[in-house]
Amino acid sequence: MIPEIGHFALILALSVAVVQGVFPLVGSLIGKHHWVSIAKPASFAQMLFLSLSFACLLYAFLTNDFSVKYVANNSNSEMPTLFRVSALWGAHEGSLLLWALVLGGWGAAVGFFSKGIPPVMLARVLSIMGLIGVGFMLFMIMTSNPFERLLQIPLEGRQLNPLLQDFGLAVHPPMLYMGYVGLSVAFSFAMAAMIDGKLDAAWVRWARPWTNIAWMFLTLGITLGSWWAYYELGWGGWWFWDPVENASLMPWIVGTALIHSLAVTEKRASFKAWTILLCILGFSLSLLGTFLVRSGILTSVHSFASDPERGLFILIFLLVVIGSSLILFAFRAHKFKSVGAFSLVSRESGLLVNNVILIVMTATVLLGTLYPLIIDAFGSGKISVGPPYFNNVIVPLGVLLYITMGFGFFLRWKKDEPSRILKKVWIPLAVSLVFAFVLPLVTVSDFNFKTSLGLFLGSWVSLAALMWVVSLGRSPFKLPMAAWGSVIAHIGMSMTVIGITLVSIYDTEKDVRLEVGQSYELAGYKFAFKNVESVKVDNYIANRATIDVTQNGKLVNIMHPEKRDYGPDQMPMTEAGIDAGFTRDLFVALGEPLGNNAWSFRLYHKPFVRWIWLGGALMGFGGLLAAFDKRYRRMRKIIVEPVQVKSSQSDSKDKQSTTSGVTV
Amino acid sequence: MRHLLKGLIVSLLISFMLPTIAVQIEFHSFENAQRERLYLDLIAELRCVKCQNQNLAESNAELARDMRDKTYEMIVAGKSREDVVNYMTARYGDFVLYKPPFKSKTLLLWMGPPILLFLSLFFVLKMVRNQSKALPKQLSDADRDSVRDVLKNNSSSEK
Amino acid sequence: MNKKFFIPLIAFIALVSLMLFGLKNDPKVIPSPFIGQEAPEFSLPKLYKPDEMVTAQQMKGEVWVLNLWASWCVSCRAEHKVLSRLINKMQVPTIGLNYKDYGTEDYGDEALRWLAKYGNPYQSVAVDTEGTAGLDWGVVGVPETFVVDKKGIVRYKFTGPVYDEAVDKILVPLITQLRKEEG
Repeated sequence: MIPEIGHFALILALSVAVVQGVFPLVGSLIGKHHWVSIAKPASFAQMLFLSLSFACLLYAFLTNDFSVKYVANNSNSEMPTLFRVSALWGAHEGSLLLWALVLGGWGAAVGFFSKGIPPVMLARVLSIMGLIGVGFMLFMIMTSNPFERLLQIPLEGRQLNPLLQDFGLAVHPPMLYMGYVGLSVAFSFAMAAMIDGKLDAAWVRWARPWTNIAWMFLTLGITLGSWWAYYELGWGGWWFWDPVENASLMPWIVGTALIHSLAVTEKRASFKAWTILLCILGFSLSLLGTFLVRSGILTSVHSFASDPERGLFILIFLLVVIGSSLILFAFRAHKFKSVGAFSLVSRESGLLVNNVILIVMTATVLLGTLYPLIIDAFGSGKISVGPPYFNNVIVPLGVLLYITMGFGFFLRWKKDEPSRILKKVWIPLAVSLVFAFVLPLVTVSDFNFKTSLGLFLGSWVSLAALMWVVSLGRSPFKLPMAAWGSVIAHIGMSMTVIGITLVSIYDTEKDVRLEVGQSYELAGYKFAFKNVESVKVDNYIANRATIDVTQNGKLVNIMHPEKRDYGPDQMPMTEAGIDAGFTRDLFVALGEPLGNNAWSFRLYHKPFVRWIWLGGALMGFGGLLAAFDKRYRRMRKIIVEPVQVKSSQSDSKDKQSTTSGVTV
Repeated sequence: MRHLLKGLIVSLLISFMLPTIAVQIEFHSFENAQRERLYLDLIAELRCVKCQNQNLAESNAELARDMRDKTYEMIVAGKSREDVVNYMTARYGDFVLYKPPFKSKTLLLWMGPPILLFLSLFFVLKMVRNQSKALPKQLSDADRDSVRDVLKNNSSSEK
Repeated sequence: MNKKFFIPLIAFIALVSLMLFGLKNDPKVIPSPFIGQEAPEFSLPKLYKPDEMVTAQQMKGEVWVLNLWASWCVSCRAEHKVLSRLINKMQVPTIGLNYKDYGTEDYGDEALRWLAKYGNPYQSVAVDTEGTAGLDWGVVGVPETFVVDKKGIVRYKFTGPVYDEAVDKILVPLITQLRKEEG
């Protein structure tokens, strides 16, 4: 009964989405105010029905209702509750319902926090979002229905892939979806602006906080994914340039370009066409990612079960959504002439260069990801494009990016002098260089150009950001949140690049054979194999080893790597022991018994690997702060001030002025 | 939200036990560090041809183990990197290489990004230079004084 | 109206065309680089006469087929009937390469039992316990079937279990045509 209610609620949500997608938009074009005002309540209603639908599916999981095909395929009664909940979005159909729910949520949120947005614009934005929702829900109902029933009800469901039975599944996909879907808000605003055709960039001010929050979620989602892969897969890697990983990275890079472009358009009325294109591009890449993961055209460890029929549906959807936005762009973009001219040496110019590099990075990732397909399409056989390619091409681009990032903080808007810049930057440049070359020599007596490059870039950006915030001349507590957001996010980027540099160059790994009582020394840490015992827990039997880790005689940690046997149908799982630290991770995995009381172990020393994800967390935090800047919360107060021109006979003019803020 | 983030940071730092798939631990001995480095590099660059996008180092598949063994065999026998790569590509084509070889068909792949970068920067900066000409020109000090004089004279004449 | 604003749209259309191709394409089937090359040599003991060796060299002068199979392979069971039909119809000598099967710790003499149960269509069965010959031929999985011409050049590789349509439309015509060529 409950699944049927869920199914029905989904159909209702679809109907509401159709209404939401059509009436307000049409009404805004032909001047029917009643139709326009449908938008907000429709968005709430859609959210309501989607929540109901989601809740019904959740109920089916929680009550182990194996008459529902999706539940039977992805869950069983022995799984802990958390995993039964996360299994809801662990496979294709349920993850689509999550997508639709998140989309409905963002729509309702935009509707709710919309004071200050003219009703016509709001109606158009919500309509576009509604139409996107129609696509997803239609897709679900027609090809991927999570509420499908089984005629023969199995006694027990299938086991969810043990790799997915993990906390990571509970957080990583929802975060990512919040990000992907959040970019649809900026997309919808851009569409509404193009439909409107007016010159002003007011919509940008409304779109900014939504985009910052979407970017934050995407940042956190990718960070979580990388962290999850690191501890889950057991080989110490944290990024593989897999097609699905790339599918999440591309919208993120474009999103980064977008948040900067939105800032410029808001402040300087420049980059208007750029910004609109980036809004389109960001969400398009989200949708493209959805397509790549579910269509089977690329091979990936992360992809859902592939089905070309479903792939075709998504492709048509992509064609309609992105195609219509790009057609609109082709015909309307010329209207968005930017107003503020700026010199070659200026902050605008710096940000433009920044965005060019980001777009080239995105294009590179896209090229590398799709290249095997391109080669195949031209009949030239099959090739693979993997980490060696991406690392070789992206790293130089990244170096350029970080250099310009730093300079960006020192540049003045509109027009600046190279001599003035040089005066300001030589100190942080010098300090960074010294730091970069001296630190490795002093700490590990090593000179490595790559190490120093990474350290230089990290410290350069951080110093630039800090110097900028100091130069604002206010007490730290009086600074706007957006300023703090910016500084923290850029420091986060520094942390990440330093973490990546150091762990890539200095990590060590060793496979060893140890008898009970033996030890091995790796990177200054002594791993002593104390004993191994057999334990039986719940539904598995494990061999549990005890490893004492000491450094200079002092005990650091006692680790218990395990080898678990979940029964004849399952692959044995290694439960690694990780000693996480701010400056390094120690990782021990138990291998096979080798006879004579000896076992094989894999030992890792990963210096500064946590910095990669802590940097990501800081970036996300920075984005959050920026989104909650007072300027956006005070949006509705538009101050109308008469502007007096001194000693002039002309009339005073009324001007709309923006509330004061620091130019970020 | 801040608490959540703090909690996230803390949880990232504490030690805990985490599940992974069974790690294939193999023991290979090499005559020196360079040979070992070559082996490790190669098994990271060679693709497990039957897996869903994994390199030889990470894959649990039996074929991957055979390929690793063959690689080890060849390295210990003193073969060069090129020899191993040739052996693998003779059997599996360029598909087995995660680093696409520099050939005419991969020209776009390798040259595309740098060319795109230079072209974009060139056109964008050219566009910026063009529109920067619309900036109001800065007045020199002499000019500024003469403008002030003109304004002063005008206002005084109107009184 | 500025023409440059149409660039993103055009690029997108190109992308969609690529995706359409991708939907019809299977990214996992890799072509064999041996097509047009000389068949890799092997020298393996015969399953039923372990003192004698099977080699690729022996087969020169006639069109022959190499079929990689194993008793643990479910698809091989599925293709067996079809493969036998092909061998029977064309009377084409087929070497069965028993890949990582007979003589291994896990499978013992399962291969013998498998052949006894389902029938032995092969001219001889070569035992590749370690899988080295398979690796030499670029095996990805079993079953795989190769067609080699009179000169010892590999002319075709079929990945996965052969099915009736493939036999009728591809393999039979191919073998017929190769037989017309000079040895």
